[in-house]
Amino acid sequence: MAYLNFPNVSLIGLSACVPRTKMENKSLTIFTDAEAEKFIASTGVERRRVAGKDVCTSDLCYQAVDGLIRDLGWEKPEIDCLIFVSQTPDYILPATSCLLQNRLGLKSEIVALDISSGCSGWIYGLSVISGLLSAGNLKKGLLLVGDTILKTCSTADRSAFPLFGDAGTATAIEYKKGEEGFKFHLACDGSNFETIIIPEGGYRNVVTESSFEMKEFEPGIRRKRNQLFMDGMNVFSFGIQKAPESINLLSAHFNIPLDQVDYFVFHQANKYMNENIRIILGLNPDKVPYSLKDFGNTSSASIPLTLLLSCKYLAHTRKNIIACGFGVGLSWGSVFMKTVKPVCPDLIEV
Amino acid sequence: MELINFVKDFAELFEETDANFFKPSTKFRDIEEWSSLVALSVIAMAFVKYKVRLSGDDIRKSLTIEDIFNIVKAKQ
Repeated sequence: MAYLNFPNVSLIGLSACVPRTKMENKSLTIFTDAEAEKFIASTGVERRRVAGKDVCTSDLCYQAVDGLIRDLGWEKPEIDCLIFVSQTPDYILPATSCLLQNRLGLKSEIVALDISSGCSGWIYGLSVISGLLSAGNLKKGLLLVGDTILKTCSTADRSAFPLFGDAGTATAIEYKKGEEGFKFHLACDGSNFETIIIPEGGYRNVVTESSFEMKEFEPGIRRKRNQLFMDGMNVFSFGIQKAPESINLLSAHFNIPLDQVDYFVFHQANKYMNENIRIILGLNPDKVPYSLKDFGNTSSASIPLTLLLSCKYLAHTRKNIIACGFGVGLSWGSVFMKTVKPVCPDLIEV
Repeated sequence: MELINFVKDFAELFEETDANFFKPSTKFRDIEEWSSLVALSVIAMAFVKYKVRLSGDDIRKSLTIEDIFNIVKAKQ
């Protein structure tokens, strides 16, 4: 079992940036009115934010983090590490974290790295940055997490395109001696790697002319082989088992009674799956915030975006929070933390 | 695990179709109310009530309710 405990670190700031452009699911031509209503009722997704052709994930994260650094009162030379988590980087190489180090004007004596991860990415990224900071050699770190995942979706695939939205987030982590820090459970199962996949365009199946041929896989589901595929039934089956299991393992291993947790922030997969997870765990709806309605499934950004939008809950007193991410990989994990009045600027739109 | 109870659990996932319509031999895809969402509810029911994780392929290769029952039983 992969359990991690990193004390002496604290989440002190959180921000997010979304594209200004909204796309209403009721207006999509791939749906009839009745189909759109049915889709919205089951997924909970009414609209999403869509990044323009020239807007990358790093642009959204840059906007999110630049203001956060100012609001925190951090001096840029104090920032010791920067981690960028995404499956939509600027380039195949170099790592986007290096580009962001330069663009943000951060010092070159910095630990900067990319992590390729999706729905569980914020949890994994938080574990890595916490591990880097926990010993106290590095004091301040930025975790930049997001995706412009709609760029990978076929507009003619009504199983994926109406579900996803674009967003970038920034999480500020600081070394603070004596803080309880973060407790993690992490896991993965690569045997089901084809459940969520872009089959062609990497180095296993390099892009060819046929990668760009539009094919109908089912009625209403047309895509190219260099676009996102998702096996909805397998994702659902995986999610309703592994998300509750991870939270229960975390709770048992670290002796965290679930009734003492104030909020459970799940990856925003879709409402039907997340409600099943909530019910399996026996959680009160008031303890489970959502951002699906207005932002859709924002992939790796969904947990910090949901946390930010629920920030009114975080701003007053110490809150016990469990967050759980699950998805592409297949990969999943949970974290327990106590937030103490983190700096949370208003959502940024560009 | 009894087939008759499984058929009853299966029937409860449908809102409009009469419960008496459901038999072990019912070809569930022929039910007008069948949808991808109902397929997910079958997966949820198997997990919550029978502690069995059905895959997408389990549903795709099944024709009748009894076919799904047999898979659930084999996985228990």
